[in-house]
Amino acid sequence: MTEATTAAAKPIPVTVLTGYLGAGKTTLLNRILTEAHGKKYAVIVNEFGEIGIDNDLIVESDEEIYEMNNGCVCCTVRGDLIRVVEGLMRRPGRFDAIIVETTGLADPVPVAQTFFMDDDVRAKTELDAVVALVDAKHLPLRLKDSREAEDQIAFADVVLLNKTDLVTPEELAKIEATVRAINPSARIHRTERSNIDLTKVLDQGAFNLERALENEPHFLDQDHHDHDHACGPDCDHDHHDHDHHHHDHDHHGHDHHHHDHGPSPIHDVTVQSVSLRGGEMNPDRFFPWIQKITQTEGPNILRLKGIIAFKDDAERYVVQGVHMIIEGDHQRAWKDGEKHESRLVFIGRELDREKLERTFKACEAVPAEAAAH
Amino acid sequence: MPTVAPLDLQGHVAGVAFLSDIPFFAESSGLIHSLDHGHKTVEAHQGLLSSIRDEATDTLLTGGEDGKVLRIKADGTTSEIANVPRKWISQVAAGPQGSVAYAYGKTAHVRLADGTVKDFTEERTVEGIAFAPKGLRIAVARYNGVSLHWVAMASQPVELEWKGAHTGVTFSPDGRFVVTSMQENALHGWKLDTKPGAETRHMRMTGYPAKVKSVSWSAKGKWLASSGAPAAIVWPFQAKDGPMGKAPLELGTRANIMVTQVCCHPVEEIAAIGYADGMILVVRFTDSKEVLLRRPGKGAITAMAWNKNGRQLAFGSEAGDCGVVDIAG
Repeated sequence: MTEATTAAAKPIPVTVLTGYLGAGKTTLLNRILTEAHGKKYAVIVNEFGEIGIDNDLIVESDEEIYEMNNGCVCCTVRGDLIRVVEGLMRRPGRFDAIIVETTGLADPVPVAQTFFMDDDVRAKTELDAVVALVDAKHLPLRLKDSREAEDQIAFADVVLLNKTDLVTPEELAKIEATVRAINPSARIHRTERSNIDLTKVLDQGAFNLERALENEPHFLDQDHHDHDHACGPDCDHDHHDHDHHHHDHDHHGHDHHHHDHGPSPIHDVTVQSVSLRGGEMNPDRFFPWIQKITQTEGPNILRLKGIIAFKDDAERYVVQGVHMIIEGDHQRAWKDGEKHESRLVFIGRELDREKLERTFKACEAVPAEAAAH
Repeated sequence: MPTVAPLDLQGHVAGVAFLSDIPFFAESSGLIHSLDHGHKTVEAHQGLLSSIRDEATDTLLTGGEDGKVLRIKADGTTSEIANVPRKWISQVAAGPQGSVAYAYGKTAHVRLADGTVKDFTEERTVEGIAFAPKGLRIAVARYNGVSLHWVAMASQPVELEWKGAHTGVTFSPDGRFVVTSMQENALHGWKLDTKPGAETRHMRMTGYPAKVKSVSWSAKGKWLASSGAPAAIVWPFQAKDGPMGKAPLELGTRANIMVTQVCCHPVEEIAAIGYADGMILVVRFTDSKEVLLRRPGKGAITAMAWNKNGRQLAFGSEAGDCGVVDIAG
């Protein structure tokens, strides 16, 4: 009897907005709240600040980070969000979605983890996407003086490269290459005054295993033109800026180097990404491996996403993770002619690329068995 | 056989109480309903977050999304205790002689009967408040423990530390124990009547499969009943050291339906147990004997209260299907 009632309640999508002070979060929020899209949003903000809209569903909330008592330092949640979301969800008919605006210096991880680690929040809501606003003019400076600015980009599903009118095309190309170096799997959009088609920000399903990675050209496809498709015709990635030496975003002998963008043209980047590619995997090796990696390297892993081809499995398996939290599920059947290969990207710090590559490869089903395809 | 007088409301019910033996139902929408020779409704808040009965004055105290703290009398009249625009008042507590505590952000406020307000600011957000049964003293639940403040005296608070997020707090009726509910699936307790200088006595009450959202002290505080499992978990507090080293009772066990609310009877050692499917049982502590008070309904039980003589039980649910059970039938 209760199953019928609970099954009927669809989880409410939650969008997290991050970005440094002055990056344009409030402008974007005001757009979301005023544009005629026919949807109602509950907004959780740190300060009412300059939100010029009188709306009963704007809730002020003091950021309150809780470490979980499980001995894991990266298992943090936002206690205030748990309480506010619980309050909002008592009357769910009032809104279609929730937006969480974080402070400029906020670490996006506890916000996101709240939607995975708290059972009550998880039962009623679903993290839709983390959207980072980046001030194109001031990003180099931000990256110099704050790790948070970098974390926000590294953690995002969607990056709005904002205030593009304040920089030259050359500067913009450099900034975009930097963002891409920090986060190879995010969708990047260039904007002025946070002006963006809201369908590119809201309802992205980036954490939904059925939808995630389905529309991620940067992640999925091998052909480089997909970048252009995603970034717009004026995209000009700075692929030739290889004259820096303190990053390890180097090309490493794969015959497809589209993931491994040139090192960031800005020196102060500490986040790296490691993109792995392999054939069909043996689940008996892959699952213990990914468990172990996330257990031991969890604190260094900001995000991980992947599509795994298991031997003798007609369906694609997708995985995603935040620090030590990892989840995975079958997503859909492999299409005819689709190459059965496994891809996995880690975004984080102090990742041991060589070890990840070697141990990932070791999870492959033995070649003789896989040769059937 | 108990009889149920139903009351069908629209949405989530945050609290129920008897005022002068009239059942009141506080809806999260902010409407407050009573069954006083017919269904009456008061529009109290624009969004209600908390409600609690004040025993000292036989009134209902409520806090809302509209930043208001209200007192509601049995005749339905309301008076404003505080108004803090744009703040959510998710915590209210009732104290002796008409004093009221409420909180938003990092500060707990206590408004005394004469109108003076005292503030107690913590380093972290105030997650729960409770008044001690004797003396004008409050316990404030916060990250990593509880702070105990004397309201009328300018003295240092007593800090009870325990790592983790404490989301609610209650005193035992005899004032010997403080118990918190936690973000993790556990209760934590402190024994207060230790000798000066003696080591703090902690009570870890763990093993719950879910967060504990409802606790209730039995008559004279001999037992503490709790939700958070597919049974009511009832800890013994008769002994000097409370439940330390003792196993709790597990009452009203069901296969996989969680208990969402517990409410101990005002006189007998029995408790009403409300479940996620809307069912309500009443169970006796001594022999675990169960009586069905209400069959499953539209949603999880979110609030229960006994009337003074313990013959009637009012209940509310997340779906708005409420009612009053007369156990004598």
